Amino acid sequence: MLSDFPLLSALIWLPILGGGALLWLGEERPDAARVTALLTSLITFLISLPLFTGFERGTAAMQFVELRPWIESFNVNYHLGIDGISMPLILLTTFITVLVVIAGWDVIKTRVSQYFAAFLIMEGLMNGVFAALDAMLFYVFWEAMLIPMFIIIGVWGGPRRVYATVKFFLYTFFGSVFMLVSLIYLYMQTGSYEILDFQSQSLGLQPQIWIFLAFLFAFAVKVPMWPVHTWLPDAHVEAPTGGSVILAAIMLKMGGYGFLRFSLPITPDASRELDWLIIAASLIAVVYIGLVALVQQDMKKLIAYSSIAHMGFVTLGFFIVFAVYARTGALEGAALGMQGGMVQMLSHGLISGALFLCVGVLYDRMHSRRIDDYGGVANTMPKFAAFMVLFALANAGLPGTSGFVGEFLVILGSFQANPWFAFLAATTLVLGAAYTLWLVKRVLYGEVANEDVAALDDLNRREFLMLGILAFFVVLLGVWPAPLLDVMGPTLDQLLQQISISKLVP
Amino acid sequence: MEFQIPVLAPAAAEITLLALTCLVLLVDAFVSQARRDITYALTLVTLVCTAWVAAFMTGNGTQITFAGHFVNDPMARVLKLVVLATAGMVFLYSRDYLERENIYRGEFFVLALFATLGMMVMISAHSLLTVYLGLELLSLSLYALVAFNRDSGNSAEAAMKYFVLGAIASGCLLYGMSILYGAAGTLDLATLSARVADGETLSDLWVLVGLAFMLVGIAFKFGAVPFHMWLPDVYQGTPTPVTLFVGTAPKIAAFAMAIRLLVDGLGSVGDAWQSMLLVLAVASMALGNIVAIAQTNIKRMLAYSTISHVGFILMGILAGTDAGYQAAMYYTIAYVIMATAAFGMVILLSRRGFEADNLDDFKGLNRRSPWFAGMMLIVMFSMAGVPPFLGFYAKIAVIAAAVEANLTWLAVLAVVLSVIGAFYYLRIVKLMYFDDPGDEPAVEGPSVLKLALSFNGLLILALGLFPNGLIAVCQHVFG
Repeated sequence: MLSDFPLLSALIWLPILGGGALLWLGEERPDAARVTALLTSLITFLISLPLFTGFERGTAAMQFVELRPWIESFNVNYHLGIDGISMPLILLTTFITVLVVIAGWDVIKTRVSQYFAAFLIMEGLMNGVFAALDAMLFYVFWEAMLIPMFIIIGVWGGPRRVYATVKFFLYTFFGSVFMLVSLIYLYMQTGSYEILDFQSQSLGLQPQIWIFLAFLFAFAVKVPMWPVHTWLPDAHVEAPTGGSVILAAIMLKMGGYGFLRFSLPITPDASRELDWLIIAASLIAVVYIGLVALVQQDMKKLIAYSSIAHMGFVTLGFFIVFAVYARTGALEGAALGMQGGMVQMLSHGLISGALFLCVGVLYDRMHSRRIDDYGGVANTMPKFAAFMVLFALANAGLPGTSGFVGEFLVILGSFQANPWFAFLAATTLVLGAAYTLWLVKRVLYGEVANEDVAALDDLNRREFLMLGILAFFVVLLGVWPAPLLDVMGPTLDQLLQQISISKLVP
Repeated sequence: MEFQIPVLAPAAAEITLLALTCLVLLVDAFVSQARRDITYALTLVTLVCTAWVAAFMTGNGTQITFAGHFVNDPMARVLKLVVLATAGMVFLYSRDYLERENIYRGEFFVLALFATLGMMVMISAHSLLTVYLGLELLSLSLYALVAFNRDSGNSAEAAMKYFVLGAIASGCLLYGMSILYGAAGTLDLATLSARVADGETLSDLWVLVGLAFMLVGIAFKFGAVPFHMWLPDVYQGTPTPVTLFVGTAPKIAAFAMAIRLLVDGLGSVGDAWQSMLLVLAVASMALGNIVAIAQTNIKRMLAYSTISHVGFILMGILAGTDAGYQAAMYYTIAYVIMATAAFGMVILLSRRGFEADNLDDFKGLNRRSPWFAGMMLIVMFSMAGVPPFLGFYAKIAVIAAAVEANLTWLAVLAVVLSVIGAFYYLRIVKLMYFDDPGDEPAVEGPSVLKLALSFNGLLILALGLFPNGLIAVCQHVFG
């Protein structure tokens, strides 16, 4: 009976309807709005748990499938389903949204209903992106997501919010339209918009390369990869805390998800031909952006650049598979990089979200993000300092935290591809440690810098709760990643099988 | 030759509209200013009756009557209903504005009804003569409508520009038709099509010259670059209800004219007009989207936005396939729905003696009225082609048609230009949501306008969530 319940649809539409209800409620009763938002996000999180418990391990087939015609004239279906790649990302989305609602609880004072409505609508759309198995449906969710984010940054953001949000919107919109043309081209070839049909469609090398580049542009902007990353620091810095968290924790993951769902399986030959492009850009991101992060004066900017560097690991992990396969002839080694990339995505979702929440905690008290304005915070906020140190170390890849697992797997995989890749990638262990620990040192330790810092209050119960939950999962994933790897395993194996077979028309 | 009474049933809708419009004209002459609502009500009744007749009384399939001059086919039935519905929305939006500005006169309704009749004749045209007849009825009514606020210098200037340029365009169209008539010896579009395809009776050169001149007329009616000059001035200069009317329904008629003349009449020289339309489409999309960025007046901005949308419509037509015509028709209808809502918002924000036609008048709308800010947000994102709104699917349909016709480069160019275009739509959203209202007052408008506008905005959202119905209608027409 339970299996007939359209769980994925509920995960998409419940938050959207909740958001609509909040808009209807208006701005007169902010407390009612807060409670409605929290309840909606909690219920959504709870009904997303059966995805994990009811997930059939050991198969790469799509599960929880819903299929009904949507736009018959274009042969577009409302087709939802999840596999080992998308299921963890949906759980991450529903989980992070609850935290975002808690984080905005009494910080947001203006237009409360609209604020929470935007986040709830975002949540539904993001679940839709991860659950869609029809390319047009995917694209609709993918693009629609820009609207609430545009509003979130623009209305509740910092002083340069208008510049940042317009840049964010146009950048990502520009990236995706090429994907749209590719999807339509693929539709002309296969006669349907099913992503699984796209994956089994054979294509010549030339079209594959064009399609690959179009996808690359869309996903690279979203990840973001060097050199199309410049929107991210602006957007992050100007966005309200909740917006930064959603951006870093989930929206960036969509680029990585896109590579796994579209680029690699649909255009495997072009991916093989052009893997050097991605590997080079990823390594530049890891090294160069790591250096850039080192010199930032603004805490949010520093974490934003650190995000770009960490996402470089993800793309590196996904695209070294060809080099590994060419060198060793075995798929097992290649799987390491891919698993590492996936774990890294989830772990970064938790850690970067946590770090942005930490900055938010400080910003709410001091209204400054400049590192120079702080110093000795640990003296007045010991509980907060403990959390921040934990997340900073996780960000630097400390063993025992989730940050370590992903980075280690990717470095291990890239060693099999080319020791130099591994060497360059491993510099992040130095650079990442340098910029995060230096940040911690300047903000948390030393003498109390000024009167404002001396007057700080430590975490209240709400903040303690949200950071505590995150800390729990960061450590859990670090010491016991096995459940996650079990879930992803079959799907990634099947993906590797798919991309090891050429699709070229004989 | 013996005179035969033609079969009138296929033209029942036009006959109804004409008869009732004459009645409105007659009644209005005896109605005092205080009781002008009688005219208003009668006008709405006229539209409803005509729509009813058009929907249920004109038979099925394709019927040709009036000795081959008039056709009633599925396309005509659909487009006529859209035109009538649009005209109805225009009247609902306009009434209070007109009364407030002391231009609540019968002429507005009668002229608009005659223009509607002209559009219906164009839509049902099956010969060169009928196309011209409908076009002139439409154009002359519109010239008068634009000039209709007699005390306004801007109106007079706009009307003058429109009239002079429109007369030249009509002249070109008529000249092209006369060449084709001379070469082919027929006015009937089906016969013309057969003779052009046959190719023995007439030289290619004359067909091409005639085609080129006719295309000028079509491009002018659409407002495609380089025949777009009148559009921004006319949009800006006229009272907003008239802009609303000029900017919406006639695009349907222009689309019908393009299909009748180019596809039905000259389909066999498709290569020739496709390459001409290609130039018009690219130029329109590029110029419309780029110049719109520089506008500070929302009516001018919407004029340039119209030009860019026209580029998309032409892109569908020039694909030269049924899928392309479907897409173009779908796009045209989508455009009309969106433009109606956009101009409706301008009417809503205007107050006595004050036109809310500056972009700044939208400042802080979210604080003043969250509901209507939301409606405008839907309209703007829909025009920019962002899902899940109607405009997105229209763009998809056109782009898919272009890709199918091996014009992938054009599709890529179109999407790039639409990203550029997204900027100025975003600016409106920015003004509404991110800026402070300053001393702009709260939004107050008559409830009819508010209801109609809400319906219009929600329609854009609903057709975005469930796009299949409208697409299926367009597919049924061509296919």
